[in-house]
Amino acid sequence: MLVITAISIVRVRKLFGVVMLSGVFSLLSALLFVALDAVDVAFTEAAVGAGISTVLMLGTIALTARTEKKPSHSSLLPLIVVIITGAVLVYGTLDMPNFGAADAPVQLHVGPDYIERTPRDIDVPNYVTAILASYRGYDTLGETVVVFTAGIGVVLLLGSLGRRRRRNKTGAEDV
Amino acid sequence: MAAVLNWEFIVGHANYWLGIILMMTGLYVVVSRGNLVKKIVGLNMFQTSVFMLYISMGKISGGTAPIATGNPEEVYSNPLPHVLILTAIVVGVATTALGLALIVRIREEYETIEEDNILDIENAMQRDEDREAGSMI
Repeated sequence: MLVITAISIVRVRKLFGVVMLSGVFSLLSALLFVALDAVDVAFTEAAVGAGISTVLMLGTIALTARTEKKPSHSSLLPLIVVIITGAVLVYGTLDMPNFGAADAPVQLHVGPDYIERTPRDIDVPNYVTAILASYRGYDTLGETVVVFTAGIGVVLLLGSLGRRRRRNKTGAEDV
Repeated sequence: MAAVLNWEFIVGHANYWLGIILMMTGLYVVVSRGNLVKKIVGLNMFQTSVFMLYISMGKISGGTAPIATGNPEEVYSNPLPHVLILTAIVVGVATTALGLALIVRIREEYETIEEDNILDIENAMQRDEDREAGSMI
């Protein structure tokens, strides 16, 4: 179903439909995360990916254009590039451990150590919260810095929008 | 090579391949479509498929979500990828917001959000500048 949604995102030309489909895509991936035991990630994805992103994109297409132009150049070259990249990546996965294997390298070092230490060190039942806020607290600090910087960027880019619009309007009336 | 390709191997690697298919669809949208909003949607798709790849690596068959149940025999899926992806989702939304703000600004300046039209306008501007420089000499 995810693949079908993705392909229809490629095909659909009305931007409103594309944005709605990307919301559907996020929601489906949130369901997949629940199935893969990542409940925290699932609700973040549902709230942020399907909620906030969709609202932001709707705002953007309301401020800009609603339909997409037909692409002028041929799409054969991108297709070839993409297929080659995909083939190389699939070749790279041939050495990977099987899905769900308990003896995969990912499961052997840091993860079990956190699970073993969390009840002793922090005593929070949710391991994801414990790691996020405590063991890897600096990551979260960096994340807030990134969000803050992005917020400043958006304000700088759009802050003067309304003022400029008003000025243009009065300028047009003067003429 | 042929010995490796049995049924168990294919099922065990289907999660990576699904992720790669979605990733490549996103990349295709970014590369081949001229509309800037659609490029951002493609970028988001690419991002989400990378998240799926990470989360699927942390899954252990028979494990539960990493929330303490009190049972010492319980097998938990690896919580570390979940933490990393939580951070990545929020950062991803921040970059999306910045990209969309840039699109609104570009639209204000060029009156279009199609890559082809923007390139045409830029080429025309470049030609005008060249002509002015030529007339000054």
